[in-house]
Amino acid sequence: MGIELQNINKTFGDYKAIDNLSLNIPSGDLIALLGPSGCGKTTLLRIIAGLELADSGKIILENKDTTNLPPREKNVGFVFQHYALFRRLTVFENVAFGLKVLPFKERPARKEIRERVEHLLTLVQMDWALDRFPSQLSGGQRQRVALARALAVNPRVLLLDEPFSALDAKVRQELRRWLRKLHDEIHVTSIFVTHDQEEALELADKIVVINKGRIEQQGTPQEVYDHPANAFVYNFLGNVNVFHGRIHNGKVSLGAHTVDAPDDLKNVEEKTSQTFVRPHEIGISRIRSNNNDLEGTIREVRLQGGQIGLNIECQGIECPIEAEVPRELFNNLQLAKGVQVFVAINRVRVFTGDYEI
Amino acid sequence: MALFQRKRRNILPGFGLSMGYTVFYLSAIVIVPLSMVFFNTIPMGWEPFVHSVTAPRVLASYKLSFSTAFFAALFDAFAGLLTAWVLVRYRFPGKQFLDALVDLPFALPTAVAGICFATLYSPIGWLGQLLAPLNLQIINTPTGIIIALIFIGFPFVVRTIQPVLEEMEQEIEEAAHCLGATRWQTFTKILLPHLFPALLTGVTLAFARGIGEYGSVIFIAGNLPMKTEIAPLMIMSKLDQFDYAGASAVALVLLCISFSMLLLLNAVQEWQQKEYRS
Repeated sequence: MGIELQNINKTFGDYKAIDNLSLNIPSGDLIALLGPSGCGKTTLLRIIAGLELADSGKIILENKDTTNLPPREKNVGFVFQHYALFRRLTVFENVAFGLKVLPFKERPARKEIRERVEHLLTLVQMDWALDRFPSQLSGGQRQRVALARALAVNPRVLLLDEPFSALDAKVRQELRRWLRKLHDEIHVTSIFVTHDQEEALELADKIVVINKGRIEQQGTPQEVYDHPANAFVYNFLGNVNVFHGRIHNGKVSLGAHTVDAPDDLKNVEEKTSQTFVRPHEIGISRIRSNNNDLEGTIREVRLQGGQIGLNIECQGIECPIEAEVPRELFNNLQLAKGVQVFVAINRVRVFTGDYEI
Repeated sequence: MALFQRKRRNILPGFGLSMGYTVFYLSAIVIVPLSMVFFNTIPMGWEPFVHSVTAPRVLASYKLSFSTAFFAALFDAFAGLLTAWVLVRYRFPGKQFLDALVDLPFALPTAVAGICFATLYSPIGWLGQLLAPLNLQIINTPTGIIIALIFIGFPFVVRTIQPVLEEMEQEIEEAAHCLGATRWQTFTKILLPHLFPALLTGVTLAFARGIGEYGSVIFIAGNLPMKTEIAPLMIMSKLDQFDYAGASAVALVLLCISFSMLLLLNAVQEWQQKEYRS
């Protein structure tokens, strides 16, 4: 196992940040800790790094119990949200720092340090900036230097705390892909914390969804996205329409409208339910194709790159429905504000019981 | 040099006005009054000037003033850094009180401080009593002067380092720890270089203040000729003897040395800053 966490607990005053959390991560995996802000994901990362002490629990990194080791003996690479580069040192010296502070006996020779730093900076495509100072670099470049610095000490595991959230959208996406590529090359067990579900879905081998200090679900991006374990996960992993209603004899009511309940809930007699539908799973047409279609009027049209977002007011349903259609379909159907459409709800996820978002 | 660079169109308006004001202010408050020292010395003529500023007693006083101010500032560097560290990094009851205490040397009439020290360290004073059997004499020695100057210069160092330390993100230190640095390595390799400009400023201020300090020193120094006479005291005693020209001559030399030292320290600072800023 790369990382084993056993029954970690952490409270700040009355606030329970981590609630009896256990997690196993195989060696060489890239894991996303995904959750809303304040869910405890950063605290968990800091506990693994030893920057925060858990109240109880065990932390085992690459088969070595590191629970009570101080950060400098854990041999963990940590990448901070705001880079935390050493301002007074050049890029070269920043990356070399971890090697230069080694005890004399373990410290590599000067030439070796130089070679290693240059190799790492080539790996992060920053070899041209050896003698620059951090203030002379852009945010994305700084974060790459910070990553090289963390990798310089051959860490047991690499921890990244919202590494891209301080960067602009374009750079963020670029760095994401680049990090994935880098990880495929170096294979160090890595955890990155994010609140951005897109980032987690795109980058991670496995996603661990955390809420209120507890794991809600873990699995591959596909598993988590397609089979969310509960309403929280479903809701957190993307835009969603929520219909509050009842499930009754195999039918789920969405306001005045009803749809068939999913198989596993067919036998539920009577229960309050919540029905979730992703905007891109809603079908839009100009002619009624099915008796079950809803009739509605487009209230708002939003351009979202390749997709068009529609806000549709439907008869018999209280809240307007958010739908997404490809641009081509939008043009073909000659959709516009005020146009009458038929709405087909194709795929629903129903969760019974009360759940507050 | 900076002056000429500003000739390009500047986005910040009001350069002419604010620069004019600065020059006027510095002239009225600093340059014109201090130039009196220079003009008062001129009628004296070269030979008497050299004679008066190279008198052994005067030379000894320069040496004493600069060396005591230097050692006091050096001590303040350590003590001030430590105090600023404690005030910024830790939470403890009475912190506000301690923080306010730092400024007290600013507010106190320096003569009061001098009298306090003299009483405390006199052979029958609280601390003097303890030191007397050890044959350690504080009063009437350069050590006494240094103690008084440490007191006077202390707030300068604390107050210049404090804001820089407050601004410094904790993450920088955490990053160093994660990379395997010990606390000492983190301090010497990361923190100290970061604090160095502020530290240098604080020490410079404490040093400059120490050279000019009069009130607190004369009570504890004993003012023994050739031994514990500071330069400002030389000026005062010449004035007492109505030797105005001689007093301004000594003052002029003091002024020139102080100014060139401050200039040098500023240059060091500028060079330090330039190194890592684009």
